[in-house]
Amino acid sequence: MKIDVEAVAKLARLGLSPEEKKLFGEQLSRILDHADTLKKLNTDKVEPTSHAIPMKNVLREDKVIPCANVDDILLNAPQAEEHMFKVPRIVE
Amino acid sequence: MKYETIIGLEIHAQLLTESKMFCACSTKFGAKPNTNICPVCTGQPGVLPVMNQKAIELAIKTALALNCKIEKSSVFARKNYFYPDLPKDFQISQYELPLATLGHLDIVVEGKKKRIGITRVHLEEDAGKLVHKGAARIMGATESLVDYNRTGVPLMEIVSEPDLRSPAEAKAFMETLQHLLQFIGVCDAKMEEGSLRCDANISLRPAGEQKFGTKTEVKNMNSFKAVFKALKAEEKRHEEVLSEGGKINQETRFFDDITEQTIGMRSKEYAHDYRYFPEPDLVPIEPSADWLAKIKNTSGELPEAKRDRFLNEYKLPEADAEVLLATPALTAYFEECLKLYDHPKTIANWLMGDLTAYLKTNNLAIEQINLTPAQLVEMLQMIDKGTISGKLAKTILVEALKSGKTIKDIVAEQGLTQISDEGEIKNIIDEVIEKNPKQVGEFRSGKDAVVMFLVGQVMKLSKGRAKPDAVQKLLRQKLGQ
Ligand SMILES: [Zn+2]
Repeated sequence: MKIDVEAVAKLARLGLSPEEKKLFGEQLSRILDHADTLKKLNTDKVEPTSHAIPMKNVLREDKVIPCANVDDILLNAPQAEEHMFKVPRIVE
Repeated sequence: MKYETIIGLEIHAQLLTESKMFCACSTKFGAKPNTNICPVCTGQPGVLPVMNQKAIELAIKTALALNCKIEKSSVFARKNYFYPDLPKDFQISQYELPLATLGHLDIVVEGKKKRIGITRVHLEEDAGKLVHKGAARIMGATESLVDYNRTGVPLMEIVSEPDLRSPAEAKAFMETLQHLLQFIGVCDAKMEEGSLRCDANISLRPAGEQKFGTKTEVKNMNSFKAVFKALKAEEKRHEEVLSEGGKINQETRFFDDITEQTIGMRSKEYAHDYRYFPEPDLVPIEPSADWLAKIKNTSGELPEAKRDRFLNEYKLPEADAEVLLATPALTAYFEECLKLYDHPKTIANWLMGDLTAYLKTNNLAIEQINLTPAQLVEMLQMIDKGTISGKLAKTILVEALKSGKTIKDIVAEQGLTQISDEGEIKNIIDEVIEKNPKQVGEFRSGKDAVVMFLVGQVMKLSKGRAKPDAVQKLLRQKLGQ
């Protein structure tokens, strides 16, 4: 199965060289082929599932616990101003 | 050609929780930027989200109030897109398997009741807040600052069926929904503050046609008025394009509240491919019957049922019920009074009349006053007993609201108790007769109406503390002698 590597790369915000496009294109096609193989299985009696482990309703109480090192998070920002993350122009 | 307008709404409501949807950060509004954040809500590697029980319960409570079917199993999904207000590069939302489906909400437009279908209710997380630099809005901004305090705040999305047929119906739907959300205490639901948001899908089709026309999505409506105006403008635009034989492009349009027009965004920018997939870090929500019953019990009586009770049990006029149900706080105040004093109409009159007038002039909400329902009732009982006159009570009420003093204190301090001592009234009557010989003469010569003038004089001298009917009786006795 063919895959539009450019479209996928664009959605993932990845810049790929022509060699990478070829390499990943082939790899992704093989993954899709594998999925096609799986599709041949008869799953009529299998419930659709989203998770592999049978767990449900893992909940936490609605309680505030302030983050201990909150200021460290902002240190990850390439640029910050007024205690906010600074980002370049969003729309041209 | 005549066209029919089709509108469906997509509403986002911030849920009233203390902590965020998937982490323990505070949801408090107005904190210093980026102080209510943590590794989970900023998407640091290796963190695990855990669902907030309260948020799920509030969403279920809403879904039940909207007559929805609660799904046996619902699943969170990742909605993938890039935007600076979304630190993880995906939003945790629900997609194929939402929390609840197939409900309805009844609205009233021009006196007619109409049932609007609810497609689904689901849970998701809010995004951060952008502050643009170099321009007032995103267009033209040179750079932007991001505050992630709001990131991860629990959001409930409510999607209506395309059952609305006019901007007025859309506005009525929003108002009814706001009222319900406030009433059951799941959301502040203030559009101006962003705790309740609305996007609208609108399309037009020739009257009688079954097939829907091409729709546009209208965003950026920050008040009920804006919802109405934006949809009016968009409806008109569709009609103009269609009647000239043109075609509507399926696109997202922003409402500009200054020009009151919608502005199209280049559709390419909004051609999203979200690549939804089940959120692997969260397990399904599968509410048990017990849990659902418990949540239902916290709902109390819904506005519609209350309205019926006010009309049928308390025999209140419709207009009264409308006013008393306007805000949950006012309704609670009314019902609190009613527990202590079994005269619904009397309470309603005072709440709708003098109390509401005072709140309006002083721009206050009933939550902000010191006067308790018990005190108001005490005043009403004083009127019943004749301790104070109804007219004076109006002054006393305002004084109590202004000063925060109790009714009893005000009455005692200002000597406002009604004069029940006949002797004291008779003394005042004597004084009035002496001072007004002309009117007394007229009355004695048969001009009966003059008696009201004399009663007025006595009331004035007594500073309103005498009972008018008693005064009139005593006056007539005296002058008849
Ligand atoms: Zn957090």
